[in-house]
Amino acid sequence: MMAGLSREKTANIVLALLLLGVPLAAVAAGEPFYVTLATRIVILALAAIGLNIALGLGGLVSFGHAAFFGLGGYVAGILATHAFNGETVLFGLPSTTSMPVIWLVAVVLCGLVALPIGAISLRTSGVYFIMITLAFAQMIYYFAVSWPDYGGEDGLSLYVRNTFPGVNTAQPLPYFLVCLGVLAAAVCLFWLLRGSRFGAALEAARQNTTRLSAVGIAPFNIKLVAFVISAMVTGLAGALFADLNRFVSPSMASWQMSGELIVLIILGGKGRLFGPIAGAIVYVLFEFALGGITERWQFFLGLMLLGVVLFARGGLLGLVAGRARHD
Amino acid sequence: MTDAILELTDIRKSFGALKATDGVSLDLRVGEIHALIGPNGAGKSTLIHQISGSLKPDSGSIRFQGQDMAGLDMAARARRGLGRSFQISSLAPEFSALRNVMLAVQARQGSSFRFFRPVAGDRSLTEPAMAMLERVGLQDRARVPAAELSHGERRQLEVAIALALGPKAFLLDEPMAGLGPDGSKRLTGFLDALRSEAPILLVEHDMDAVFALADRISVLVYGSIIATGTVDEIRANPEVRRAYLGDAA
Ligand SMILES: Nc1ncnc2c1ncn2[C@@H]1O[C@H](COP(=O)(O)OP(=O)(O)O)[C@@H](O)[C@H]1O
Ligand SMILES: [Mg+2]
Repeated sequence: MMAGLSREKTANIVLALLLLGVPLAAVAAGEPFYVTLATRIVILALAAIGLNIALGLGGLVSFGHAAFFGLGGYVAGILATHAFNGETVLFGLPSTTSMPVIWLVAVVLCGLVALPIGAISLRTSGVYFIMITLAFAQMIYYFAVSWPDYGGEDGLSLYVRNTFPGVNTAQPLPYFLVCLGVLAAAVCLFWLLRGSRFGAALEAARQNTTRLSAVGIAPFNIKLVAFVISAMVTGLAGALFADLNRFVSPSMASWQMSGELIVLIILGGKGRLFGPIAGAIVYVLFEFALGGITERWQFFLGLMLLGVVLFARGGLLGLVAGRARHD
Repeated sequence: MTDAILELTDIRKSFGALKATDGVSLDLRVGEIHALIGPNGAGKSTLIHQISGSLKPDSGSIRFQGQDMAGLDMAARARRGLGRSFQISSLAPEFSALRNVMLAVQARQGSSFRFFRPVAGDRSLTEPAMAMLERVGLQDRARVPAAELSHGERRQLEVAIALALGPKAFLLDEPMAGLGPDGSKRLTGFLDALRSEAPILLVEHDMDAVFALADRISVLVYGSIIATGTVDEIRANPEVRRAYLGDAA
């Protein structure tokens, strides 16, 4: 409460500064590997911010968001591969290596796919919603596995990283900054949504759908729009992830990936602006620090998750900042 | 030509073998308070649920402002002007009292698909919402999360939300419950004036309030209406005395 800044805001600022400062320092110190690690954090946080719109604000526990992450990845992979070979894509559509175009295609496609998936899944709730979103994601996963044109199970390599006007994306730091810019935009989007009339209706839908109906707002429509926006953001992250690794595979759309996104949110603090970022930082650092020592690093992650769920429902940010309050 | 704004005709609803609503017909007229009384488990809340659209009747028709409500869900009925309060408070528990009312104000303005402008400083939402809280006497508790309000305060908040919708008819399910004598008295005075804004179908256990307020009373027992009439008619009705009123009359 010092100087008018809440503890959560202070924590957010610290996280933002770390996210920008550590990679810059790493480059200065001649350790570009850490930039790649930070880029991974940024992209996973972006994917989780997408899911946080549905899960954190709307209470929609989608266990299928990896489908959109994978879809975004394949958009990048497929458009770039055809462009590299000088071919067109399906139906003679032009291929491209331009990131902004790829992002647009990924976002629009994910929105279009999320619309029917959401419309069907939202007829259910609770554990059925979890299962039906999982089922849709598995369908997309197996579709990717069984499509030999794009590598099937083995995945698809991008020969060079796609391009962004005025930026040398092949270098780790410029690409990191591009990703960080997208993340910053997504944080703003989340913040605006949460504070808006739509956000108020969505948060009311999470707390009490009957209340929302009783004032005359149809919960289904609100949740469906949230699900679609959420999928679009996660899809955009998928496209960035493909470019980071210069590789796409069905595993991006696997149920493990969906679970990972949920874990990031729960770890960091669901519904919180910087929750996914805190979650992604902890997750990737755990993976990096312990993954080198033991194959069983996920065991320790599990322990930590257990601790958070049992003792810090608001996630790590909740631990720092206390309970979230609406005015 | 009738001045009934709400008309139920032969509504039936069973839960398994239990006939919770057993051929109910009643109407609500412009400017009146129509009280619905009856013992616990008589089916009063079940009837309110069917009118508001949270339960579907097995048969029978519900007409509101001349329009058949069948096939309209709860949200659609609310938009057409049916404002309800719940017997068991149904609020957004994490939202403050003010935010709960603001949600109703924004719904009334028909504008929930606005994605960017923040609601927090939006005076077209906060001012009408605050005015509603003042009307029910909850203005000092505006910033308190609904979950932290007392039982009686939640009842008042329910009423404030229904008010904010500017409905054409109110369906109030036991708004006095948990208010205490002072609160009941204040709310009684308040509802008395409210009937000129929109008629009220009032489910209530507090007989003093019912006798003070009601233009007409219907008595529901085991899902059926056994009598409808003015306060004096109902007080004098031997069947009602036997089935329900006991020594309260
Ligand atoms: N969803 C339901 N399923 C089964 N029985 C119900 C349900 N809702 C209410 N009932 C039963 O219907 C009867 C009427 O209940 P209710 O309408 O709540 O009565 P009242 O409001 O008059 O006290 C009660 O016997 C109650 O147990
Ligand atoms: Mg009841």
